[in-house]
Amino acid sequence: MSELREELKYLSSHEWARLEDDGTVTIGITDHAQAALGDVVYVEVPEVGSTVTMGEEAGVVESVKAASDIFSPVSGEVIAVNEQLEDAPETVNNSPYDDGWFFKVQPDNVQELENAMDAEAYKAQIDE
Amino acid sequence: MLKHTPLVTQHQNMGAKLVDFGGWSMPLHYGSQMEEHHHVRRQAGMFDVSHMTVVDMQGKEAKAYLHYLLANDVDKLNAPGKALYTAMLNEQGGVLDDLIVYRLPWGYRLVVNCATREKDLAWMQKQVGGFDVEIRARDDLAIIAVQGPEARSKADAVLADYQLPACTNLSSFSAAEAGDFFVARTGYTGEDGYEVILPATQAGDFWERLAEEGVEACGLGARDTLRLEAGLNLYGHEMDETVSPWVANMGWTLALEGDRVFIGKDALLAQKKAGLKETLVGLILEGKGVLRAGQTVHVNGKQGIVTSGSFSPTLGKSIALARVPSDIAEHCQVEIRNKLLNARVQAPCFVRRGKVL
Repeated sequence: MSELREELKYLSSHEWARLEDDGTVTIGITDHAQAALGDVVYVEVPEVGSTVTMGEEAGVVESVKAASDIFSPVSGEVIAVNEQLEDAPETVNNSPYDDGWFFKVQPDNVQELENAMDAEAYKAQIDE
Repeated sequence: MLKHTPLVTQHQNMGAKLVDFGGWSMPLHYGSQMEEHHHVRRQAGMFDVSHMTVVDMQGKEAKAYLHYLLANDVDKLNAPGKALYTAMLNEQGGVLDDLIVYRLPWGYRLVVNCATREKDLAWMQKQVGGFDVEIRARDDLAIIAVQGPEARSKADAVLADYQLPACTNLSSFSAAEAGDFFVARTGYTGEDGYEVILPATQAGDFWERLAEEGVEACGLGARDTLRLEAGLNLYGHEMDETVSPWVANMGWTLALEGDRVFIGKDALLAQKKAGLKETLVGLILEGKGVLRAGQTVHVNGKQGIVTSGSFSPTLGKSIALARVPSDIAEHCQVEIRNKLLNARVQAPCFVRRGKVL
């Protein structure tokens, strides 16, 4: 059984988004996604200061097995990236919702997150 | 409906992630492909490779038939038990399959790939012509590869006393029949070990006793990264019917001396005379990212292709095998997601017997 978190929003492409208290959005991949990918060996995140667009490619995660694009759940400016992943990409496997986050965005319009699924809807998708 | 090997129950009990592999339900991994890989390099791992096909050949003219069928020369098998790696070619010199042939007291045993099974068997039958040879696919057998520096000692601890004398002194690339078991000191990982061909009915018991001995179950994922590090070809990647063995690092397997006639020989000689424009090399990615099959390699304004690529758990970097223009030097660039990344060129072999080359 893969772990889900109630407070997060989810994309069908297996990213999660967390709205922080300061209005920024943190993005990563779900426990289900890391398990399906297997051992993560490389993560490419957008550069700090660049902009990302909702529903468009924002990075790549590669496991021993395969490469997978990362899509952003919101549009906005990238304000931080998880530099730990450069030397320790396995953090994505070990802690997908905490230490294994990918990047943080200052959203242009936080309402965009309403397009994403809640935990229940995402669970229904991965249980199919 | 996927086909199952005799070990499907064991795989399920051990938590394997089963995937469709050429129509067979096979274990990809049992948790972590990376840990399984390291276990084979450092201790011992076992692989269910029962999806591969064992073909036995007997008859007065089995040897003459194999002289004609295979690009390597079975005359090199100078005693029963010896093994030989060879290509089976079409008339154009393309590779129909790569296989191992063992000489046994009663004839020859070939082990061919899973995906090519039907094509191979039809081709073999078609070439029989007037040869007195009987060809039999052995679907009653399972194959378990036990690989790693501790593989042979752990497997010997599981083999029965009556089986041991035949196995303990096996030299590399040779095999022995031990009761119902056929034990070969061969493999596909770059490590020492055995490939054991045994009755399907005994496979589950042997597998479980190897596990009790501390041999780690490993999936086809680790098998692929291990063979890639060892620079061993995978059919359909490094070579196929459209690729000459000359450009798949298989020149050493082509026995062209003498007047032996074999399928594809004329084409091979013509290809060599015309000059070979490509070669198979190893690549190590210098930057961050992962090399994958199908990526374009840029060399002096010309292009090549990555035939197999992955992350190397032993090197901690991405490595690949690539078919490239023959004038490649020490460096090239690989196109990954529209970016050109530098790669270092080396002989197509990265790790042997646990050591980085």
